[in-house]
Amino acid sequence: MRYLTDRKRAERKGASGTGTEHHWYMSVSAVALAFLIPTFLYIFGHALGHDHATVKATFGNPFVAILTGLVLFVSMQHFAKGAQLMIEDYTQGSWRRGLIMLAYSVAYVVTATGLWALAKLAM
Amino acid sequence: MADPKPIERPISPFMLGQYYRFQMTSVSSILTRITGNALIGSFILGVWWLLAAAVGPDYFAVANWWLTSWLGDLIFTLSLLGIWYHYLAGLRHLYYDAGHGLDIETAEKLGWVIIIGSVVLTVLTLIIIQF
Repeated sequence: MRYLTDRKRAERKGASGTGTEHHWYMSVSAVALAFLIPTFLYIFGHALGHDHATVKATFGNPFVAILTGLVLFVSMQHFAKGAQLMIEDYTQGSWRRGLIMLAYSVAYVVTATGLWALAKLAM
Repeated sequence: MADPKPIERPISPFMLGQYYRFQMTSVSSILTRITGNALIGSFILGVWWLLAAAVGPDYFAVANWWLTSWLGDLIFTLSLLGIWYHYLAGLRHLYYDAGHGLDIETAEKLGWVIIIGSVVLTVLTLIIIQF
């Protein structure tokens, strides 16, 4: 009989060397987004098509600004890790490393740009 | 001694359509990946629009014109369908992970729930955001 738990056996296994961390992060961010996305879709969909002053006022609201910031940060991390999984499935070597770097870079740039815009709109 | 030649390690093969016939379970799974990765385009467009709003009214007019053109409407309607599909497929993933719904009959039924559900939620969202 082995006293090692399932988790202990899974740790540091797999090509990633990080066990179940990637999968667990996707589950955590998925649940977070399940709560964030419906409200965000309503706010964004409602604001789209309105004039500049209305859009500025909408995203200047503290609740909307924080919600949008959270959606951007969590969804971009969720995207980067999801894209990484796809890249790892279909490519290898330098292409794999390069494309993963590109996916994470795009995610960070989108997050940073969106956060700057939110900060500017709040002022 | 180490092999001087790099070893060709296997990657995930494309089986769908060539070796396996299309089934609800495999098609609804690959669509989860396609919608999830395609949504980066919607987020880039959305953040561009937000950036334009932050820069000023003149730049906002440019971004807003594009996003509310027929092409913008088409892209964001498809994005909405994609996001609801990915949303429901993600919930199914969590349900699967908890060890439920893995028998073929339930899994195929859940595939239809995702497809029909995403269309219904897209139409509902399009109606609700008008108010």
